[in-house]
Amino acid sequence: MMNQIVQGVLLGGYYALIACGLSFMFSVMRIINLAHGSLAVLSAFALWLLASRFHIPPFYGLAIVLALMAAIGWALQRFLLERSARGGALLPILTTFGLAIVIDNVLFEQFGADTRSLAPFIGRLSYDSWEWPGGLYVGKLAVIIFATAVVLLGGLQLFLTRTGLGRSIRATSEDPDTAGLVGVDARRANALAAAIAMVTVGLAGAFLGMRATFDPYAGATQLLFAFEAAVIGGAGSLWGTLIGGIVLALAQTLGAKIHPQGFLIGGHVAFLIVLFIRLYMSGLGLRGLLSLPTGKTP
Amino acid sequence: MSAAVIARGTAASRIAAIAVAAIISLLALAPQFLSAGAVDRMTALFIYVILAAMWNALAGFGGLVSVGQQVFFGLGAYFTIRLANAGLNPFVSLFVSAVVVGAVSWPISLFMLRLKNGEFAIGMWVIAALTHLLVNLDRLVQGETGTSLISLNVYDASTRRLTIYWLALASMAALLAVLFGLLRGSTGAAIRAIRDNEDAAASVGVRVTGTKRLLFVLAAFGIGVAGALWLATAITFQPKTYFNVQWTAYMIFMVLVGGIGTFEGAILGALLFFLIETWFGGAGVWYLIGLGATALVFSLLLPRGLWGTLEERFGWRLLSVGYRVRLPGIAENPAGAIAAPAQSATSREKA
Repeated sequence: MMNQIVQGVLLGGYYALIACGLSFMFSVMRIINLAHGSLAVLSAFALWLLASRFHIPPFYGLAIVLALMAAIGWALQRFLLERSARGGALLPILTTFGLAIVIDNVLFEQFGADTRSLAPFIGRLSYDSWEWPGGLYVGKLAVIIFATAVVLLGGLQLFLTRTGLGRSIRATSEDPDTAGLVGVDARRANALAAAIAMVTVGLAGAFLGMRATFDPYAGATQLLFAFEAAVIGGAGSLWGTLIGGIVLALAQTLGAKIHPQGFLIGGHVAFLIVLFIRLYMSGLGLRGLLSLPTGKTP
Repeated sequence: MSAAVIARGTAASRIAAIAVAAIISLLALAPQFLSAGAVDRMTALFIYVILAAMWNALAGFGGLVSVGQQVFFGLGAYFTIRLANAGLNPFVSLFVSAVVVGAVSWPISLFMLRLKNGEFAIGMWVIAALTHLLVNLDRLVQGETGTSLISLNVYDASTRRLTIYWLALASMAALLAVLFGLLRGSTGAAIRAIRDNEDAAASVGVRVTGTKRLLFVLAAFGIGVAGALWLATAITFQPKTYFNVQWTAYMIFMVLVGGIGTFEGAILGALLFFLIETWFGGAGVWYLIGLGATALVFSLLLPRGLWGTLEERFGWRLLSVGYRVRLPGIAENPAGAIAAPAQSATSREKA
């Protein structure tokens, strides 16, 4: 039991990692990027290609892929999101959904339906584990992923609060027009934020490939995980995302314990329960949900 | 000085109304002249029109973009399987199933309509994923192996084909008529007010949540009909096919290309999608890439879609659900409302 909880918490680190880019972009640009999961899978395929074709081990390949992802993030914001966000809050959903379909199917066209993994390219790391007191065995990779998530979330927090660039991003997210008045280049701040978000997505994709398998259509599942972890943790809060990831992973572990097919169900149900509680707490909860519509939206 | 004239239709829209009646009667007689394959394709077209019109009702008029509408498509098929298995006539099951889907969507709406924009969009996707997993647990469905609507086999192939064709045509016509009536009636004004500005609509007393709920349940019911009809044509039920997000991708493509928030646009989009699928459907992955890329390009460059753009350019109205005001002394104002010039771009009558 203890073992499963520890594994669950460590898996939560991965979910926090994939969720933090989604939550970061949402808090800065108010956009939920539906291509989020597909971009993570794209990064995993890029690493797989580098490793299998050019014999570049994934950890070195990351240097190339993360730079590429940053460029993709910048371009995404400049050429797609900036334009579609001008058309209202609904349009970016459609734009990024279209992008996700394109990415998924291009990957399918290039790599076929086979499931792949980066595990063969990282040697012993994929199965090595440490023995912890109490007879617990924890995978080294899982610990590395968790530690990366903590460092990344902490780093982002420091970056946003302590650096000039971080402050300009926060100012833009609060009010782009006013930020512009005091000399912040909102377009640059948003493009930078998108680039950072995509670097975290690239990292998440790398760990997805190392700890599990992926295929061209794996993006949708990853998007749902990211979204659930972000919402459970409270969208827009970076440390909350870590808690959200852990809650999601523990719920999945519990679900798998109850029913052999319960892993994913557990996660989705936990997400809906948290959502329900949040609506309840916001004062519009049960009574608001079940009462006659008042004509006001929350 | 004469008073302003408020008109509900144009000469073109009156001709269009007659044309619609003529087209539907022609379609009802068409199986006499069509091959079996063509009848099946036409049935698919009617289902696409239903899907596009229902997604458009939700997104274009209710401002609710969902990427989880496949949940109602899958449930429409699943409940049909369940009801037919319980001994109900398969053709009757199709519609009872859709009513059940509509009933199920009511509690979901209580919950999901509290979410905004992107949260609603992916939240619906979570609902779809969860429902798919739960349906897989049903012994009758046998997980991803699936099952079939075997009770339909008591009818011979041509009776089955024709019955489904007419049912699909009748469902399409009825659902479009309901939507048209809804948009033309007093609810329609509320719906368009919400589409243009939700907060402003609420401030003048529009029942925003109630109106959205109505659209949500209508869309669920309609998509449930579509899923049930699809099952009737395909016979086999594999959860993975029916709960696939590609159904929502098709709906988005049709509505975005045709013209989001316009009644005619969704129909035009479905027709275009049908033609593209007929011509390029065999191209496999490239076809899907093309659909995604087209949706992406339309969302960036032509967010009002083909119909929306034409309508704005030439002031066309065929199936007019709105009002237009003609002021004396001023050339006909395509903005259709006495709006401040700065606002006219957004307050145009679109439906």
